[in-house]
Amino acid sequence: MSSKARLILDGFVKNNPTFVLLLGMCPTLATTTSAVNGLSMGLATLFVLVLSNMAISAIAPVVPDKVHIPVYIVVIATFVTLLQLLMQAYTPAVYETLGLFIPLIVVNCIVLGRAEAFASRNGVIASAADGIGVGLGFTLALTVLGAVREILGSGSIFGWKFISGDGMLAFVMAPGAFICLGYLMVLFNKYLKKE
Amino acid sequence: MEYFLIIISAIFVNNIVLAQFLGICPFLGVSNKLSTATGMSGAVCFVITLATLVTYLVNKFLLVPLHIEFLQTIAFILVIAALVQMVEIVLKKTSPSLYSALGIFLPLITTNCAVLGVALNVVTKQFTFGGEAHFLNLGESLVYALATSLGYGLAMVIFAGIREHLSLSEVPKAFKGVPIALVTVGILAMAFMGFSGMVK
Repeated sequence: MSSKARLILDGFVKNNPTFVLLLGMCPTLATTTSAVNGLSMGLATLFVLVLSNMAISAIAPVVPDKVHIPVYIVVIATFVTLLQLLMQAYTPAVYETLGLFIPLIVVNCIVLGRAEAFASRNGVIASAADGIGVGLGFTLALTVLGAVREILGSGSIFGWKFISGDGMLAFVMAPGAFICLGYLMVLFNKYLKKE
Repeated sequence: MEYFLIIISAIFVNNIVLAQFLGICPFLGVSNKLSTATGMSGAVCFVITLATLVTYLVNKFLLVPLHIEFLQTIAFILVIAALVQMVEIVLKKTSPSLYSALGIFLPLITTNCAVLGVALNVVTKQFTFGGEAHFLNLGESLVYALATSLGYGLAMVIFAGIREHLSLSEVPKAFKGVPIALVTVGILAMAFMGFSGMVK
């Protein structure tokens, strides 16, 4: 397997940001009320992650070591602002639903974490691959969590309703988010994580 | 009366951790021991209130007059990062005892989404506390920020207390660590849902 494909695959299982590294918990819990919401939040983060990873790996050699964190944060914040403007223009409904958590991508530890741990030491192409891998891993985790909560909470999947009436509403609300994520992590620990 | 409603709403009804999902990383990260949990809550309380004051003023007197509100995210994160750094320096010089209590938590706070979240909420969201929907004025913003961070402290201290007991009990292997903690927070959040409806 080529090294780039390996990098992308690692982001899915070995370095899965949600289930293994426990990063970016706030958007994970807050925006996964349905599968579609989880998916859109994941894709928004993927966008910022890939672009900021590429930009940071390109400028890393010339950034003085002492100010590298503030510089990275400004780069990330720039792409987040770009994303905000794009989403306001093209997908206003999604932007409205995700609300505060779009600007909060700036302080999502996944983005700064990858910038610091990977992009600052690797080339542009490798950093892009890493961004795609980790971003897709995050998107997958959010979509799965969103789907589970949607199935239990409102009896539908990707908006398609398979029972009449309401589901167990608690799963769409705050407690369900914590409990579902807890149990998904247990399954991940038991069946996917190899020591 | 309205201030009272803001306080009740921010601490119990819309608790920042258990209902708004902000600041989860440090919430899970440093709640292993009661002493570190109180230290972190103190530092967060201090920084959120101060950051809300400064970002409110920056927004009102700099961004709005120049019509560059779309730069809020960038401006606020820079202000918060600079502020945290400054608080660290000032505390180190003036109050070494407070610094040794809060010091190690301060660098972590820049990337605590609760700080940026509250700062952005205050300037972009309209609130209804019994009356009509309106943007908060400076006094209300400060009360809101302080009450929100007290809610953060409350959730953190309760959870740390539970977690200290949890570490002594037998837990199935796959549940060890974070998974059981998340399930516990879920039940705690369910308890806090009992407050919903008290304040609109």
